[in-house]
Amino acid sequence: MIPPAETVHWLFATGFLVLGLCQLGETLVGSTVWERRRWRAYLWPATAFGMGLFMWPVMVFFTSSAIHMLAHGVWAQAMMVAGAAQLGLVRGKLQNQLWNLTVPFALAVSGAAFLIHEQNPWLFSRAAFLHHALGWTALVGAGITLSLCVRPRSPVFNAGFALVFLAFATLLFCDRNVAPIFGHLSPLAGTR
Amino acid sequence: MSTQALPDLERSRRSPAVVAVSLIGPLTVVAGGVWAFVQPYRLTFLDPAGHGFWSLAVEPPLLVVLVGVLFHLVVAPGIVEDVAAAEAETDP
Repeated sequence: MIPPAETVHWLFATGFLVLGLCQLGETLVGSTVWERRRWRAYLWPATAFGMGLFMWPVMVFFTSSAIHMLAHGVWAQAMMVAGAAQLGLVRGKLQNQLWNLTVPFALAVSGAAFLIHEQNPWLFSRAAFLHHALGWTALVGAGITLSLCVRPRSPVFNAGFALVFLAFATLLFCDRNVAPIFGHLSPLAGTR
Repeated sequence: MSTQALPDLERSRRSPAVVAVSLIGPLTVVAGGVWAFVQPYRLTFLDPAGHGFWSLAVEPPLLVVLVGVLFHLVVAPGIVEDVAAAEAETDP
């Protein structure tokens, strides 16, 4: 009883929505207040790590080509590395703040994986459009989180980080297995 | 329970950050509701015939509403209390 691919994307969109709202909340009240309750400090790294774990069965059951499988495997590893490093920093097991660079690294790797493994143009189908949009969003997110490593208390960069998660959620919620984008659907894209 | 805590909580509830945090959940619920209104076909329970388990169990607008409700009930109240506590510590 394997769910359709679009359903899996919507579940991941829900995870990104949770991450985005929490990051937005942290931006509004500041990290000091946000981390007054320990479970809140663990929320985003644990969710990111968990989403990385769930990406493995996605890689096994929902990929139809080698490059598609590799891309999902890269996302799984990147999300787990970023989540685990943030968990280590929150717990105090990791002291070096350079571990924060795992987040822009994960986003850059994920963005590259999106853009490299999508071999069709933007308007081939909705899935192709979303792959391109998600890839560029991840690369923008890598730039924002890299800036956050330099200026961790910047409200602009923190809000930008939250908006990246919300953009991921929106784009993933828009996904359908086969659907047109702005009225375009290549006849090679399959049938609805 | 400190008798000072209640006025602090009331005062902090009016601070812009707390108002903004308190609005995140309701605005998310409204976004899910607007989405359901604009694209009712994304709600398969309105026309369940021909849909499988996953289509009926995972309905994106309802997921958005659910996340908004959970944020408002689980995350936001604690933030309001902690903002009050932080303000009480810095401005006794």
